[in-house]
Amino acid sequence: MTLPSPGQRILMAGNNAIAQGAYEAGVYFASGYPGTPSTEVLEIISQYSDIRAQWGANEKVAFDEAMGVAMSGKRALCSMKYVGLNVAADSFMVFPFAGTVGGFVVISADDPGMYSSQNEQDNRYFARLAQVPMIEPSDPQEAKDYLKLAFELSEQFSTPVLYRTSMRVSHSKGMVTVGERTESVSDKKFVKDVPNWVVPIFAKSLRAKLDAKIARITEFVESYPYNRIEDGSGKIGIITSGASYTYAKEIFPDAPVFKLALTYPLPKQKILDFCAQHEQVYVIEELEPFMEEQIRAWGVGNIVGKDRLPRTGEFSADVLAKAFFEEEPVTDFAGEFDIIARPPQLCPGCPHRGAYLALKKAGVLVTGDIGCYTLGALPPLGAMHTSFCMGASIGNAFGFEIGGTEKVAAVIGDSTFIHGGIPPLIDVVYNGGNTTTLILDNRTTGMTGHQEHPATGLTLKGQEAPRLDLVGLVKAIGVEHVQVADPFNQKEMYASVKEALDHNGPSVIITNRPCIFARGEKTRPKTPYVINEDKCTQCGACQRIGCPGVLPGEQPRIDEVTCTGCSLCAQACKFDAIGLKGDA
Amino acid sequence: MSQVTNILLCGVGGQGVLLASEVLALVAAEEKAEVKQTEVHGVAQRGGSVVSHLRFGDKVYSPTVRTGTGDILVAFERLEAVRYGHYVKPGGLMLINDVEVMPGQIGDYKPYPSGIIEFLGNKGFALQSIPATAKAKELGNPRVSSLIILGALSAHLDLSAKAWEAVIKRRIPAKLLDVNLKAFQAGVEIGKSMAQAAAAGA
Ligand SMILES: Cc1ncc(C[n+]2csc(CCOP(=O)(O)OP(=O)(O)O)c2C)c(N)n1
Ligand code: SF4
Ligand code: SF4
Repeated sequence: MTLPSPGQRILMAGNNAIAQGAYEAGVYFASGYPGTPSTEVLEIISQYSDIRAQWGANEKVAFDEAMGVAMSGKRALCSMKYVGLNVAADSFMVFPFAGTVGGFVVISADDPGMYSSQNEQDNRYFARLAQVPMIEPSDPQEAKDYLKLAFELSEQFSTPVLYRTSMRVSHSKGMVTVGERTESVSDKKFVKDVPNWVVPIFAKSLRAKLDAKIARITEFVESYPYNRIEDGSGKIGIITSGASYTYAKEIFPDAPVFKLALTYPLPKQKILDFCAQHEQVYVIEELEPFMEEQIRAWGVGNIVGKDRLPRTGEFSADVLAKAFFEEEPVTDFAGEFDIIARPPQLCPGCPHRGAYLALKKAGVLVTGDIGCYTLGALPPLGAMHTSFCMGASIGNAFGFEIGGTEKVAAVIGDSTFIHGGIPPLIDVVYNGGNTTTLILDNRTTGMTGHQEHPATGLTLKGQEAPRLDLVGLVKAIGVEHVQVADPFNQKEMYASVKEALDHNGPSVIITNRPCIFARGEKTRPKTPYVINEDKCTQCGACQRIGCPGVLPGEQPRIDEVTCTGCSLCAQACKFDAIGLKGDA
Repeated sequence: MSQVTNILLCGVGGQGVLLASEVLALVAAEEKAEVKQTEVHGVAQRGGSVVSHLRFGDKVYSPTVRTGTGDILVAFERLEAVRYGHYVKPGGLMLINDVEVMPGQIGDYKPYPSGIIEFLGNKGFALQSIPATAKAKELGNPRVSSLIILGALSAHLDLSAKAWEAVIKRRIPAKLLDVNLKAFQAGVEIGKSMAQAAAAGA
C-alpha cells in the first residue's frame, strides 16, 4: 500500500481512519475477529507493513494476544464487533485489575439499529462495568486523532482503554488530514511482580488499587481538553458524543454544546457547571441513557433525554427533529405503492443451499448459528429453527436432545465452528450425546465479507499458514462418525444426513464446497443452466429451492448472468427439463 | 447555515452503486471543503437493496440525508427510486436508470410493479430517464453503466470536468480506463440534452 503523505487531506471511512490512526500512533500489534461494522479496521491495518496484524480464532483469543503484547511493553490494539466484547469480556473485566505496560486499546463497534446484528447493545456500559476509560469519536477525523489520545491515556494511567465506535462512525467517509507515524517512545518493560500480575491471588488488594486509579482518572478528566464546550446562544445547552453529535449540530446549529470525547468517567464538575449555566440541557445519546442516568444521579433536574428521545434504533437529524420539534419525517411511499422488498437470500450457487435441501427433506429440528447460513431459516428453505449467537448451535442441539427431542441437528459455519463450536462438540462426546453436527465448510468467513481463518490456509496478511484439518480435529475430539459430503450432490448429501441421524452416537458432517466468493472461485468460468420450456410442466419445484438465479413467475426461467451452474435446480426438477446451456 | 448538496444513489447490490458513490465522493473531495458519504454494508450476499447518502458543502455534520431534503436521487434501478423517493425534496430531481431487476421473493409471487414513472411524476418530482444499459451495449461493455449514470449526474452538479477525469483515472484500472472515460462522456451528453429539454419545457 502506498501511504498518504503527511498533511494530505483525503477522503476516508471511519474504519480506515482508525487504521491510519493506529499507524500514526505507532501501534506494534493489532488483532481481532471479523464482525460488522468493525471488520475493515483490521483488514486495512494489515496493509501497513509496520504493524503486525492477525485474525484471532475468536475475540477472546485475539484480546488475550493483544493483552500479552501490551504487557510486554508495546502498543497493542484489538478490534471487534460489539458482541465480540461479550466473548472477550472475561479478560476485559480482569485485565484492568492489573493494568497494562504498553498502551492497550480495545475497539468495539456498536450497531444501533441492528443493520447487521443479532441484537442491540450499548457497549458503553462495559467501560463502567470494568472501570475502564472510554473514548468515542464522532467522525473519521476524530476516529483517527482520538486513537492516539486513547493510547496516551492508556499509558499514562496504565489501563486498557475502550474505543467505542458505531456503525455510522465506522462506515461513513469524511475528509481526514493524515499525519506521520511516531514510534511509541515508552521504554517500559514487563517486570515480574506476582502481586500485580497474578490477579486471582491478589484480587482484593488490586481491586482497591483499581478504585484508586479510576478516582485519579476521574479527577484528570475534569481538565481533559478534548471534552470541549462549543459556545453558542440560547437557553438550551446540549451534552452529546459520538455520532449523535453530528445530528445535534444539524438540528441545533447555534446551541452551546458540551461535546465529550472521553465518556467514561464523566467530568462531573464540568457537567454540573454546564447544567447550571443553562435553563435546560438536552442529553443527546444513541441507545441507552448512559450519561443521562449518571447526571440525574448527581441530582441535576434540568435535563431532558430519554423522556423525549428513543432508546432503540439509530439516531438521525430526523429522529431529533421529531423528538424536540414534533416535526414528522417524510414517510416512505409504501402506503401508496407496493414496493416489493428485496430480502437477503443465499447467493446463486451458495453451497449452504444444498445442505438445507437435504435437512429439509430429513424433516429434522435444526438448531442454527450465525453466518450467511442463518438465511436457511427463511422460506422457501425454512430448514433452520433456532439461531442466537456464535457457537450456540451445538450446545443447543445437545440440550434439545436431553430435553426429549428425538432428532436434532446443529448447523454451524467453518469460521463459527473454530470461533466457538469446539468446546460444545467436546461436550457432546464427553457427556454421551447423539447430536448430529453439520459443519458448513465454505472455506471463508462469508457473512462478514469473506475473511480468512485457520481452516482456509491463509492469514490476514495473505501469507500461507498451516491449514487446520477439520476432519482430523473432529476425530481427535472423539467423534467416530465423521463424513465429508458434497452439498451439490443431493443424493449423497441426503444419504449422509440420514446416516448421521440414524447413527447411535455423536456424528459430524463436513460439507466441502466453497462460497462463490471464496478465493479462486470468483474467477472460475461457469456454465449456466437453462430450462427447456418444452419439457417444463411449470410445477415450480426449481423455484422452491430459493435460488435467485431461478426467476419467479409462472414460467420459471434461469437468469444466465447470475446462475453459477451449481446444478441444484436441475436436481430438483422431476421432468429433466433443466440442463447445462448447450445440452438442455 | 451554509449550502449543502444532498445526493442519494440507490440500486441493487452488484449494480455498481457503491463504486459510483465512491467516485462521486472523491470528485467532491477534490473541490469541496467537506464531504460526507455513508452507506449500510456488511451483508455479503448479492441482490439486496443498496442506498448511499452523499453530502457536500462548506460544513457538513451528519453523513445521512434527511427525508424530504435530497436534491438529487440517482436510481440505478427503477423500483429503488420509489423505495427511497421520500428522501427527495418536493420537486427534486430523480435520475432513473432504465433497468428493472426483479426482486428475489421468498413469499407469494408478485410481478414487477408497473406505473413507477407515472407514480413518481404525479408526486411532482422532476424525472429524467437514463438509457444507460442501451448506451453501455452500444459501447460494447455492459459493465460501464455506472459511469454513464455518473456522467448524466455530473451535468447537474457544479463539479469540474477536470476533477471527474482525474478521479476516474485514479480509480479505474488502466485497461478499462478508455471505455469508462467514453462511457462517462456519453453520460454527460445524455445529461446535457435532458437538461436542455427540461429547460425548453419539453
Ligand atoms: C461474537 C461475534 N463475533 C462476530 C460476529 C460477526 N459474524 C457474524 S457471522 C460470522 C461468521 C460467519 O462465518 P462462517 O461461520 O464461516 O459462515 P458463512 O457466513 O461463511 O456461511 C461472524 C464473524 C458475531 N455475530 N458475533
Ligand atoms: S456469500 Fe458465500 S456463503 Fe454467503 S450466501 Fe453467498 S455464496 Fe453463500
Ligand atoms: S444451477 Fe440452478 S440452483 Fe444453481 S445457481 Fe444456477 S439457477 Fe441457481
